[in-house]
Amino acid sequence: MSSTTTPDAPAFVAKTSGGRITDFVDQRVGGSGILREFGRKVFPDHWSFMFGEVALYSFVILLLSGTFLTFFFDPSMAETHYSGSYTPLKNVEMSVAYSSSLDISFDVRGGMFMRQVHHWSALLFVASVSVHMLRVFFTGAFRKPRELNWVVGSVLLILSMAAGFTGYSLPDDLLSGNGLRIIDGVIKSIPVIGTYTSFFLFGGEFPGTMIISRLYMLHILLVPALILLMIVMHLFMVVVHKHTQYPGPGRNDGNVVGYPLGPVYAAKAGGFFFIVFGVVALMAAFFTINPIWNYGPYDPSPVSAGTQPDWYIGFVDGALRLMPGTIGDWKVEQIWFGHMFTFNVLLPALVPAGILFTVMFTYPWIERWITKDNREHHVLDRPRNAPTRTAIGMAGFVWYSVMWAAAGSDLIATHFHVALNDVTYWLRALFFIGPIIAFFVTKRVALALQRKDREIALHGRETGRIVRLPHGEFIEVHAPLDEYKRYKLVGFESPVPLPAVPNEHGVVDRKEKRRAKLSRWFFEDRVAPATPAELEAAHGHHGAHEAVEAAASEKTLSH
Amino acid sequence: MGNHSDGSPNNSGTVATAGQNEVEKFQDPGIPPHRLRLADTDPRAAKKAERQVALLFGTSVVGTLIFLVSYFAIDLGNDSSVATIRLQNALLGIGTAFAMLGIGTGIVHWAKALMPDHEVSEERHAIRTEEDRQAAVRIVDDIVEETGIKRRPLIRNTLLGAVALAPLPALAIFGDLGPRPDFTLSHTLWAPAPDGKLKRLARDPDGTPIKAADVTIGSAFHVIPEGLNELSEGKLNEKAKSVVLLMRLDPDELHPSPERADWAYNGIVAYSKICTHVGCPVALYEQQTHHLLCPCHQSTFDLTQQCKVIFGPASRPLPQLPIAVDSEGYLVATSDFHEPVGPTYWEREQHVLNNNA
Repeated sequence: MSSTTTPDAPAFVAKTSGGRITDFVDQRVGGSGILREFGRKVFPDHWSFMFGEVALYSFVILLLSGTFLTFFFDPSMAETHYSGSYTPLKNVEMSVAYSSSLDISFDVRGGMFMRQVHHWSALLFVASVSVHMLRVFFTGAFRKPRELNWVVGSVLLILSMAAGFTGYSLPDDLLSGNGLRIIDGVIKSIPVIGTYTSFFLFGGEFPGTMIISRLYMLHILLVPALILLMIVMHLFMVVVHKHTQYPGPGRNDGNVVGYPLGPVYAAKAGGFFFIVFGVVALMAAFFTINPIWNYGPYDPSPVSAGTQPDWYIGFVDGALRLMPGTIGDWKVEQIWFGHMFTFNVLLPALVPAGILFTVMFTYPWIERWITKDNREHHVLDRPRNAPTRTAIGMAGFVWYSVMWAAAGSDLIATHFHVALNDVTYWLRALFFIGPIIAFFVTKRVALALQRKDREIALHGRETGRIVRLPHGEFIEVHAPLDEYKRYKLVGFESPVPLPAVPNEHGVVDRKEKRRAKLSRWFFEDRVAPATPAELEAAHGHHGAHEAVEAAASEKTLSH
Repeated sequence: MGNHSDGSPNNSGTVATAGQNEVEKFQDPGIPPHRLRLADTDPRAAKKAERQVALLFGTSVVGTLIFLVSYFAIDLGNDSSVATIRLQNALLGIGTAFAMLGIGTGIVHWAKALMPDHEVSEERHAIRTEEDRQAAVRIVDDIVEETGIKRRPLIRNTLLGAVALAPLPALAIFGDLGPRPDFTLSHTLWAPAPDGKLKRLARDPDGTPIKAADVTIGSAFHVIPEGLNELSEGKLNEKAKSVVLLMRLDPDELHPSPERADWAYNGIVAYSKICTHVGCPVALYEQQTHHLLCPCHQSTFDLTQQCKVIFGPASRPLPQLPIAVDSEGYLVATSDFHEPVGPTYWEREQHVLNNNA
C-alpha cells in the first residue's frame, strides 16, 4: 500500500546508492521499521562490557574452526595402525579417531593451526563467559528486569563447559582417555543407577567402542545447537532490556547514554571480532595446546604424572582430590544394606558444584527477597557500593579458586618444593576458611574504598603539592573536583536495613523476621554518599585547613 | 526520578534509602561537555589518522599474503618433521593474526579517531505499558477460565497423569544404548583357563611372560595377563580391568594377613593397577617408601600393609592378585582377583560375595 503513489504526491526517491539499495531491499522484504529502531540505538561503552563480546566472538571462531575439523576427523574407535608422517608413532596400534587427529595435525596443511585455534578459543570461550558472569554479578546487572537473562547466562556457562568437555575427549589420546576414566568412576559412584548409566554411556564396559562417536554427536550437534539457541535468547533479552550502564553524570535508570549503534558502536564491536580472532591466532601460532602426539593413544595402563584437565573442569577435579577417602581408620565409602555408598567420590563431585550452581541460579531472587527491592535497575552498582554482595561474590570466587588450585596440587608441590600432602592439608583448610576470610576482607576493602570516595568528594583530590603557610605550617593542597567527577563518587544509593514489616493480617511472621535479620546483615555496615550540606560544611568549617583534616570520616551517618 | 517501580503499594520501592528523601542530594550535572579530539579540530591530525587506518588495513593485506605463501610454499611431504609443522603453524598463525588484527585495529582506530564521538542520551521505554501488563494478566485468566480446567478436575488429573507417563517410552527407547552390567565388572582375564591352566604374568605392553628369577628386589613391572595382546576384540576393555603392578620387596617387609599368606612368592606381590577411587592407573611406585601413588588424585597406598590407603581420596585398598610360580619358573596368577577391581559401583558388594562363594 505504501509503495503505491498518486500522481500529485511525488514518491520518495532515495538519492544515494546506499539509500537506493536500502530502499530496494526494504520495498521487497520490509525491515525499515527494524532499521529505524536499531540503526541509531544507543549503546553504553565500557571496557568491562567486552567480556560478553569476547564470549560471543570466540564462539563464532569455534564454529568456523570446528567445521573445518569435522571435514577431516573420523570419530571411530576401530583399531588401526598409524601410517601418517609422525615417525615416533609409526605402526603403533591406535583408534581411528586418534589417528585422524594426528593426520589433521601432521598431514593436513593448516590442520595443526586449526586444532590450535579451536582448542584455544574453547578455553577462551569458557573463560570469557565466566569473567562476563563475574562482571554481571559484581555490578548487580542481574537485578530486575534482567533475572531471566542471568539464568540464561548461567545455562550458557554450563553448556560451554559441556561443549568443552565433550570436545576434549574426542582425539582419544592418553590424557583425555584418563579424563573419561575419571568420569566413568564418578558415574559409577551414583547410587542405584550408576553402573547402568556407565554401561549405557560407554555402550558396555569402559572404554568400549562407542563413547567417542557418541560424544562427537553431542559435541558437534546437540550442545552447539543449544548454545546457539541460548545465545539468541540472551541477545534478544539484551535488546528488550537495553544495555545497563555504569553510574555517572547524566546517567540514570530512565536513559541510556552512549554511542549510537551506527556507525561508532557497530564499528568498534565489529572491529573487536577481528581483534579477538587475531589474538587467538597469535596464541595458536606460538603456544602449543594439547599436543596429543606426545601423549600417545589411549591405553588403560599408562598415565603421565602431572595430568591436568582443561581449566574449567579443574574445580571438580580439585574437589575430588581434596576429599579424604579415609578419616583415621574410618572409611568414607560405606556399605549400607549390601550396597555401596561411595561418599568419597559422590560428595566432592556433586556437592560443591551443586552449591555453586544453585546459588548462582537463585541469587537474583535471594537478594530481591532480602532487599525487597522490586524496582527496575539499569544503572550498575560500582562493586564497592554494594559491599555485602561484593563480599558474597568474592567468597564464592575464593571457594571456587581453592578447588581449582587443588586440581594442580601435585604441580604446586613440585614447583614450590613442598610436600604434596601439606599442599592438600592446607587446601582442605582453605576450602572451609578461605571463603570466610574472603568475605570479611572484601567487605572491609569495599567500605574503605567508599570512605575514600567520600573523602575525595568532600575534600578534593590530593595534588602532591606541599605548601608552607606564613606561620610555618606545611599542608598538602587538595584540588576540588569538578561537579561531574564528584557526581560519580556521590551518585549512588546506600540502602539502610529494612525492618520487618507486618503482612496483610498485621502479623510479622517468622519468615519476615528472618528476612529482616538478613537485611540488617546485608546493609548494616554502610557508608552514606556525601551530601551538598556536608560539602558546604567541609568548606566552611575548616577554612584553609580542610585539606589536611580529611581523615575524619564517619562510618555510618545518621539521617 | 528514573524509578520504574510498579506492583502493589506494599512492595513498590520499599527499599529504604538514606539521603534520598530526607537529605538533599547532589544534583545530576548531566552529561559532561563534549571535548573535541585533535582530529576534530586539526585537519592534519585527521589526515594522519586516516593514513594510520589505511596502514593498518595494509598490514592486514600483508598478513593474508604471509598466510597464503606459507600455506602453499611449505611442503608437508610424507615425512615432514615436527619442526616443519611448527614453522608452518607459526607462519599461518602470524599471517592470520596480522590479517585479523589489521582489520580489527584499523576499524577501531577509525571509529575512535574519526567517527563522531558525541555521547548521546536516549530515553528508556518501559518494556511494556501498564495497560498491556494488566491486559496480559486478564487474557491469561480468561484463557484458563474458558478451558474450564479448574472446574473439571477429572480432565485436569487424567491429563496430568497422561503427560507424566508419556515421556517414559522416550526414556525406554534408549535401553539399547548398552548391555546390562550383570557380573562383567567382577571378572578379569586373570581367571584360570577352562582347562585349569593358570595365566602367566606378562610384561606390558609386549606380552612376554615374566620369570620369577627376573624380578630383583626393588624392581617393579607393569603387567598384563598372557594372551591379552592376542585378543581380537575387547582388548582395551579387558586391559582396563586386568593391568597389574608387580613388585618385589624384602619378604620381611610384607605383612600379609593369614588368608593371603600364600598370595606372594618370595617377596613378589602383584596388585591391581586400577585405582579404587575413580579408576586412574596407579602408575607411580616409590621404591624407598614402598608407596604406590595415583598421579590423578594422589591416593597413596602402602605396599607393606596390603596396599591400605594412607593418603588421598581412595577409600579401599588395591585388590591383590594371588600369584605363584609354575613348573617352568614363570609367575602365574593362581586365581582371578577375589574382588572387582577399579572404582566402586553400586552392586560391588554383591559381586564380592558372589566371587568368594
